[in-house]
Amino acid sequence: MMESIARLGRNGLTAIGSLGRSGTFLWRVLVGVPNPRVGTPLLIRQLYSVGVLSLVIVVVSGLFIGMVLGLQGYTILSDFGSEQAIGQMVALTLVRELGPVVTALLFAGRAGSALTAEIGLMKATEQLSSMEMMGVDPLRRVVAPRFWAGFISLPLLAVIFSVVGIWGGMLVGVEWLGVFEGAFWSNMQSSVSFTEDVMNGVIKSVVFGFVCSWIAVFQGYDCVPTSAGISSATTKTVVYSSLAVLGLDFILTAVMFGGF
Amino acid sequence: MAQRTTEIIVGLFMIAGFAALLVLALQVSGLSLKPAGDTYTVYADFNDAGNLAPRGKVSMAGVTIGRIRDITLNPETFQARVAIDIDAAYSSIPADSSAVIRTSGLLGDQYIDISVGAGTDSLSAGDDFYETQSAMNLERMITNFATGR
Repeated sequence: MMESIARLGRNGLTAIGSLGRSGTFLWRVLVGVPNPRVGTPLLIRQLYSVGVLSLVIVVVSGLFIGMVLGLQGYTILSDFGSEQAIGQMVALTLVRELGPVVTALLFAGRAGSALTAEIGLMKATEQLSSMEMMGVDPLRRVVAPRFWAGFISLPLLAVIFSVVGIWGGMLVGVEWLGVFEGAFWSNMQSSVSFTEDVMNGVIKSVVFGFVCSWIAVFQGYDCVPTSAGISSATTKTVVYSSLAVLGLDFILTAVMFGGF
Repeated sequence: MAQRTTEIIVGLFMIAGFAALLVLALQVSGLSLKPAGDTYTVYADFNDAGNLAPRGKVSMAGVTIGRIRDITLNPETFQARVAIDIDAAYSSIPADSSAVIRTSGLLGDQYIDISVGAGTDSLSAGDDFYETQSAMNLERMITNFATGR
């Protein structure tokens, strides 16, 4: 009995401690702007491995999700004889919700876990501490480029996801099921507003990019430097990022579209 | 991989991202890059504005010729006063034309349809429509029918 209460307290202290560590960690990453001559090539390399290499999974999932939306929308809307509204449905669903959220989930699984594992392994093999010995700040040299790369890539990936998804929806709706193309686009254009829908989706993906990259680099930097520690840190990255994305998505949606 | 190739690929990735945003802006949300063009404002007082909304369509013979700017309550007559921006290209609308609120389809949005009058004078900026016809209210129609008025 006492043991379980003590364990609860211990877990609470650990949780609060790691929250505090992640806060100071984030502050040091944000403040430690590296010398642009050294930092830019590092950032570009990370943009390549975090952003460009995630492009394939994002494009393929976007295409299929758009096609499924088109198909499902058609089945429901044709009951009411309003299958022209399919463009509006696909575009609003993707731009407001699925684009940012699904991209962030894919990003956490594809790039976030890789970031955590890479930084964790650097810590386990004591590369980070040898950098410190040489007078190189690992936060600036290793962590900051990865964080910024994730933060920049995710909004770009989310926008690409939405466009590919809308194209997939058009492929199914217009080319395959024979919805009139003019009505498809004009319905979409009259109901999607750039500031209300597109920009709010972009803001969402910026927030998700910040949170996912933060969680990924922190879990790697803070992991227990053993193989078991790296594996649990990678798992934590995916779990925490997914939960944070879904929870934040509800809050952001309530603020943006809930009319408060 | 050579640094230069990586840089080029990352550059292409960034361009693809911004191009996608441009597609969302222009193709999906129908944002127009060209300025809205010259318009002039006329007014129409309706007894019942129904579900008209700002940015709604104003058409004549099925062709869109303008947009609704805003809808306010006229404090003197207690009618809905609708400000309509009409494209300057359509400057010779007869002054005795009437503005009618119609519904597109059975359940679609409401819009203003302008029925052309026969007069020789044309509407100019700031004028009021001579005659208006309010939104058809199905509920009111059924009530009128049931009470025999």
